[in-house]
Amino acid sequence: MSERQGPRRQHYLNATWGLKSWLLTKDHKRIAILYLLGITVFFFIGGLFAVLIRLELATPAGDMVQPDTYNRLFTMHGVMMIFFFLIPSIPAVLGNFLIPLMIGAKDLAFPKLNLASWYIYMLGGSFALWAMFNGGVDTGWTFYTPFSTTFSNSYVIATALGIFILGFSSILTGLNFVVTIHRMRAPGLTWFRLPLFVWAQYATSLIQILGTPVLAVTILLVAAERLLHIGIFDPALGGDPVLFQHLFWFYSHPAVYIMVLPSMGVISELITAFARKRIFGYQFVAFASIAIAVLGFLVWGHHMFVSSQSVYAGVVFSFLSMFVAVPSAVKVFNWTATLYQGSISWDTPMLYALGFIGLFTIGGLTGVMLSTLGIDIHVHDTYFVVAHFHYIMVGGAIMGYLGGLHFWWPKITGRLYPVFWSKLSALMIFVGFNLTFFPQFLLGYMGMPRRYHAYPEEFQVLNVMSSAGATILGVGYLIPMIYFVWSMRYGERASSNPWGAVGLEWETTSPPPSHNFLEPPTVDHEAYDYVRRAQEQRVA
Amino acid sequence: MSVHVTPIRVYLLIFGALMVGTLLTVWAAFLQLGAFNDIVAMAIAVTKATLVVLYFMHVRHSTRLTKITVVAGFLWLAILVGLLLSDYFTRGFLAG
Ligand SMILES: [Cu+2]
Repeated sequence: MSERQGPRRQHYLNATWGLKSWLLTKDHKRIAILYLLGITVFFFIGGLFAVLIRLELATPAGDMVQPDTYNRLFTMHGVMMIFFFLIPSIPAVLGNFLIPLMIGAKDLAFPKLNLASWYIYMLGGSFALWAMFNGGVDTGWTFYTPFSTTFSNSYVIATALGIFILGFSSILTGLNFVVTIHRMRAPGLTWFRLPLFVWAQYATSLIQILGTPVLAVTILLVAAERLLHIGIFDPALGGDPVLFQHLFWFYSHPAVYIMVLPSMGVISELITAFARKRIFGYQFVAFASIAIAVLGFLVWGHHMFVSSQSVYAGVVFSFLSMFVAVPSAVKVFNWTATLYQGSISWDTPMLYALGFIGLFTIGGLTGVMLSTLGIDIHVHDTYFVVAHFHYIMVGGAIMGYLGGLHFWWPKITGRLYPVFWSKLSALMIFVGFNLTFFPQFLLGYMGMPRRYHAYPEEFQVLNVMSSAGATILGVGYLIPMIYFVWSMRYGERASSNPWGAVGLEWETTSPPPSHNFLEPPTVDHEAYDYVRRAQEQRVA
Repeated sequence: MSVHVTPIRVYLLIFGALMVGTLLTVWAAFLQLGAFNDIVAMAIAVTKATLVVLYFMHVRHSTRLTKITVVAGFLWLAILVGLLLSDYFTRGFLAG
């Protein structure tokens, strides 16, 4: 399947030229690239803060930055990474690019709204950056009251406003995806023939639509109390500080699934493509996404076991939190069962997929530990929690994002990247990640609290390991940056289906034409039908 | 699916009902009903919101998918309020 494609063939990248043609584009593929540029900038800003944190923690004494500066460093790291990188990452880049291609549509349902989402995202980002350059925020990414409303002297409102604005971009993207998936599927593409990436994005969109408004309202309430002294969270004014935690985590726990569900969708695509098999238990994997999205809304109180939340509510939230492990485990077992007797190849995206399964399993199981009331009270606010959520967000979400980017890069740019460097960096990221965060489980279990810039001598060895791992991880992230940019000019040209994968996005050219398909596709078979593909190839 | 066109008369009627509701809210606020003041105010507000959703937002004559979407929104609000109150109502159980 290696058709020669002359460099003059028209596709979405060379259809029109000039800055204006990009800034006013309504093509979902170009908007995906705009997002890619935006989130990459925020990823490196957030990463820079992580570097400074790990530098400070290389020695026990708080000798590099002031305690107050350290508070700003970990806050800005969290704000940038969570709101401006992780939440938009897979949906806005890969989802935007792939959903219309995967369902055989010309574009999303609302192309102009899609472009508007990007501008809203950039506007929100500008607010946060403005606050950052003026001195930043020191409340932690969680903005807990009463510190955020009454005591903090940093740019709380400007940053929160940035997040408020960003939220609308997230809601509109979710809305666009839901309508597109309902209304624009190619003839014959029934719900149970959809790629599981689309199912995962659908579930994610539901969370974005149902959860984000609550975050927006919460931010407005913080602003109302900070500016107008309306009593909502301040007991002196008749409010309750714990109410903030309820409202905040009602969004922010499901937000973790906004980050990791799309990643799970990517993994389903990668595992099937590189094991050459239909996924084991398609419907279970599809409904597991929906189950995770719904259950995710019932567990937020597990962040509040040591607040003044009632013990009885704590018991209920603890119990419900453990339920989330069921659909998550369904996915992990089904991916593993898909590998069984598959013909596995070890291309770069597959390395990320296998890495994801291992790291997500560790992150998930430590999550079950943390949802247990007794253990959580012991390790609350320690590095154990920090390690746990980095295994989910970095080991899970970012591994999936990078795996997906490596899988679809030939489709997005029409170019291949160097095999050796991509495998090397995947390995470095896996090793560097574990070296950074596994010691933090031990540190937390021994009682090292999070969010302090100094610590007792006996914790130094593990902290130095963690900082060393972060260095490897950082280099591992820089290498793909370099070869991706390099490949756009010097990379070998990609055929329409370089991996021999099944899926509508592989049936059009790389890069696709502006309207995705030259003829509107129809579908008459199941997803991941590699058996049929093999038979067709034998006949041909 | 045929598009339902709402006559202007209906909009005006609903607008009138909303105005009456507003006046009722103000009037009820001056009555001494104790705990029932809140309940009356909420009841009027919910009725008004329902009218807006059904008529101004066209949900009454929309597809079933739209109706499910609207119901989901309220269901999620119920989850938020319900589990939130499960905390506030049981905090006192251990005291004493
Ligand atoms: Cu949580």
